[in-house]
Amino acid sequence: MRNMLIAKLGLLIALTFILPASTLGQQADQPAAQPAKHMESHIGNLTGDSDAGRLLYFRYCWGCHGPHGDGNGENAPYVTPQPRNFVAATFKCRSTPTGTLPTDEDLYNSLKRGFNFTNMPSWLALTSQERANLVAFIKTFSPRWVTEKPGTPIQIPAEPALTIASIKHGGELFQKLECWKCHGQEGRGDGPSASTLTDSNDQPIRPYNFTSTNRSKCGRTNPELYKIFMTGLDGTPMPSFADVVKPEDAWDLVHYLRTLQYNNPSPELAMWESTAEGKAIVAAKRVAKYTETGSGVKP
Amino acid sequence: MKAMRVGLGALVSLAAAGVVLAGPKPPGGTISGKVTYEGTPAKMKPIDMSKEPSCAKMYTTPPVAETVVTGPGNSLQDVVVYISAGAPDDAAPATAAVFTQKGCRYIPHVLAFQVNQELKIVNEDQTSHNIHPLPKLNREWNKSQPPGTPAISEKYDKAEFIPVKCNVHPWMHGNFAVMKNRHFAITVDGGSFTLANLPPGKYTVTAWHESYGDQSQEVTISGSETKTVNFTFKAKPY
Repeated sequence: MRNMLIAKLGLLIALTFILPASTLGQQADQPAAQPAKHMESHIGNLTGDSDAGRLLYFRYCWGCHGPHGDGNGENAPYVTPQPRNFVAATFKCRSTPTGTLPTDEDLYNSLKRGFNFTNMPSWLALTSQERANLVAFIKTFSPRWVTEKPGTPIQIPAEPALTIASIKHGGELFQKLECWKCHGQEGRGDGPSASTLTDSNDQPIRPYNFTSTNRSKCGRTNPELYKIFMTGLDGTPMPSFADVVKPEDAWDLVHYLRTLQYNNPSPELAMWESTAEGKAIVAAKRVAKYTETGSGVKP
Repeated sequence: MKAMRVGLGALVSLAAAGVVLAGPKPPGGTISGKVTYEGTPAKMKPIDMSKEPSCAKMYTTPPVAETVVTGPGNSLQDVVVYISAGAPDDAAPATAAVFTQKGCRYIPHVLAFQVNQELKIVNEDQTSHNIHPLPKLNREWNKSQPPGTPAISEKYDKAEFIPVKCNVHPWMHGNFAVMKNRHFAITVDGGSFTLANLPPGKYTVTAWHESYGDQSQEVTISGSETKTVNFTFKAKPY
């Protein structure tokens, strides 16, 4: 017992010397961090528990995401895009900057929403508590949840009033930022680079087609649209524009993107169609449907 | 008592490390050599930049891909030669490593820098790029950089070779080599490299090439001698 105490003391003294040394770059290789065995999630008033989440995971999720959470489940070879790899902990739909971990709430919302155009359904059929438990369990797959904190959610200023000028300025930004290179001039997901895109697993992936009747993967509200291009969809070709787009400009872009979604009625689309110019543009799109070449060039 | 000795031992060894840290750098040895290939490397295809006219017009003849760059005498370029074992980890230098996008290509094609060193990414083109490095150990991020916007500043906290791509221009491809210590070099025309200022010791020298993998050799340096280490990669015709 006494020896133990002395050993601990010796270690403590040694540590006080190691720490300053490590800041000088003399640090020896650290053993790789291990994922936590138990995790909690906090979503509003809910507290999720990973032990309870484990039971749910091995009932509903492991078929695709696999027993080790690495996205290599039994069904994975038949699923595109591939099931999320929770060991890498790279997530598309976040409120946090590119390269950072999402918040518990982001993961919870993804479970609730499901992902359009993929095999991931909405898990609204589970209770809120069950979804919170699953979020906690998902975090036991990657050591990143031990070594890193989730990013700080980006600040979204209040949405300014919708105006024609805002929509038009958004359209200029769509050109300037070259969104059309992938999404196409009319937002049909058929830009010149569209056919070459691959995700971080080297699997082909398609840019969002704004004219489809479906919402995008990460939601349908204006703030969700704002988040998509200001945080980027990590693991996909969609980059973050947070460093190059000012918040007020970002709202203009949101307003413009809404007018591209001519199959989804919105206040933005209604206002755009109330002008002669906007009405003509939208009407022409409704007739054109798809461009012949698929290259984003008008036939 | 035994436990006491363990604690004391840790103290003594740390004190010794402190002396090495604080003392003046001893005149170092040098490892130099040449990286070559044998066999027939794949013929690099010209890059079709017609979808990006602002870049295409910068070339009179289309540039070729850079996944294998060879020089005279079967020499191999863009090989990262570094000390993979035997040297202590170094603190990052204050200078930034600069990665430039020009003519829809990455300059340099392979950029080596140290863990936690500032990485500056510059866009000199008249078109938007997105910088999408694909690390396995470090954090994955993906940022857009339209023309005329300020440099992106980033750093990586783990040593790793990271492929870099631009999703908008699928031919753009480069590499980051994140190094643990300051002893590294990238072969240029002629395939030669020099690792200078190495304190006496036993080192593992590793050469890494993005298409041909890596090779290692053990080298012992005593005093300020210069040792020659050559690497030969087997070229793949595909």
